[in-house]
Amino acid sequence: MPTQANKLLPYTIIGDGIPVSLTGSPGDAARGRALVLARTTTCILCHSGPFPETRFQGDLAPDLTGTGNRWSVSQLRLRLVDASRFNPDTIMPSYYRNDGLVRVGRNFAGKPILSAAEIEDIVAFLATLRD
Amino acid sequence: MISWRAIAAATLLAAAAPVLLAGEIPPDARRSGYAFMGADTRAMQDDDTSNPGMLFVLDGEALWAKKIGSADKACADCHGDAQSSMKGVAARYPAFDKALGRPVTLDQRIILCRANHQQATPLPYESRDLLALSAFIAHQSRGTPITAGDDPQAKPFVEQGRVLYMQRAGQLNLACTNCHDDNFDKRLAGAPITQAQPTGYPLYRLEWQTLGSLERRLRSCMSGVRAQAYDYGSPELVALELYLMSRAHGLPMETPAVRP
Ligand code: HEC
Ligand code: HEC
Ligand code: HEC
Repeated sequence: MPTQANKLLPYTIIGDGIPVSLTGSPGDAARGRALVLARTTTCILCHSGPFPETRFQGDLAPDLTGTGNRWSVSQLRLRLVDASRFNPDTIMPSYYRNDGLVRVGRNFAGKPILSAAEIEDIVAFLATLRD
Repeated sequence: MISWRAIAAATLLAAAAPVLLAGEIPPDARRSGYAFMGADTRAMQDDDTSNPGMLFVLDGEALWAKKIGSADKACADCHGDAQSSMKGVAARYPAFDKALGRPVTLDQRIILCRANHQQATPLPYESRDLLALSAFIAHQSRGTPITAGDDPQAKPFVEQGRVLYMQRAGQLNLACTNCHDDNFDKRLAGAPITQAQPTGYPLYRLEWQTLGSLERRLRSCMSGVRAQAYDYGSPELVALELYLMSRAHGLPMETPAVRP
């Protein structure tokens, strides 16, 4: 689940997004869907979405249905990397960050929640959520 | 200029109706975890013959009367009938201990009595005997309104607990308040989030298949946000426990509660 690599790949924020893929290549939407549904990725603790196969969805956050209509790929990438850029008080974790956190558990210290490749897979999947 | 009279009046007012800090739940909106449960789990808690926590209470009653340690004394030899001597005690714990200069939890008080007054082998945190004794003692407060934290000497520790409760932590970067003040009544992956009221401890959690302490619950919430949980008995965990109890001021004790 968490990545081995402790060093984050560099990225550039332009406006309200990160226009360029973190890995330099496009993500895989099918893998992204599986990741969003995996409990360890944590999205569906808070979010619901078009996922008829699971009853265990949260309602602390907006339903992910139609995300691809509302947000550009560049915005989605920045939201996953650092959601506090959109709302400084957000409860949504920053998935690509490994500093400035308090008392991180031993098994997670120094690591981002998701790897760059996992973020790209999820971004690719979210972009397909159109209604 | 503000006169001492105005300050005194403000202090008096504050004592009568505690000022709410940002994000805190007003007294009349406070609800035990019981209010969030399904009918089946409530019925299990309400009926002493089906409440699995009552087995621990009975074990605790037996331990209360048992002579142990090199002092060869039972709890009952010093404290008599728990029904009267322990009534209401758990509702004011964690309590400030003058000799130690800090608050101690009910579990720590039992551990201290065992060491100092019975001279018996120490009881580890979360051990069956410790849970049984604390369940038995806290059961004597069932229905008693919580008053822990009222002691002025405890106030700095209540405040320490409040700061920890508001502080984001862990890889998921969430504070207790983000879930239990801002999002109670909502669902985390389908499970209802409650107000984190500590009214029923130690309690029987169906998920654990056993009785567990409040500290066990707090440690599991900390692991949930991928934070390094505070050790059992650590000053931070005691402060959090004290803050939760003071935050539940006036709610009745329910030990042994049942939770999903
Ligand atoms: C702890 C709760 C939490 C978790 C976990 C979480 N989010 Fe969020 N998310 C939110 C909240 C709350 C918002 C609403 C905006 C805000 O406050 O930032 C949000 C907003 C969003 C949005 C914009 C929704 C819209 O249409 O306005 C997207 C997309 C999103 N999250 C995706 C994800 C993905 C993907 C994951 C998992 C990798 C995830 N979130 C994990 C709480 C969470
Ligand atoms: C030899 C006498 C003695 C024995 C035996 C003893 N205690 Fe105590 N207990 C005390 C004294 C004295 C205090 C007051 C605090 C102190 O000085 O330690 C106390 C305090 C307590 C308190 C706190 C009461 C309050 O109002 O705050 C609890 C709870 C308690 N004991 C439980 C127990 C339990 C449970 C046992 C058996 C495992 C036990 N005690 C055995 C003497 C004893
Ligand atoms: C991500 C959300 C979340 C965070 C953050 C969180 N908890 Fe919890 N907590 C839960 C859930 C879910 C439960 C189980 C259902 C319930 O009782 O709310 C729970 C249960 C509890 C309970 C048991 C309530 C009862 O009725 O027995 C207490 C007490 C508690 N949490 C305290 C805390 C404290 C203190 C913190 C901060 C150290 C914390 N929680 C952080 C989600 C959270």
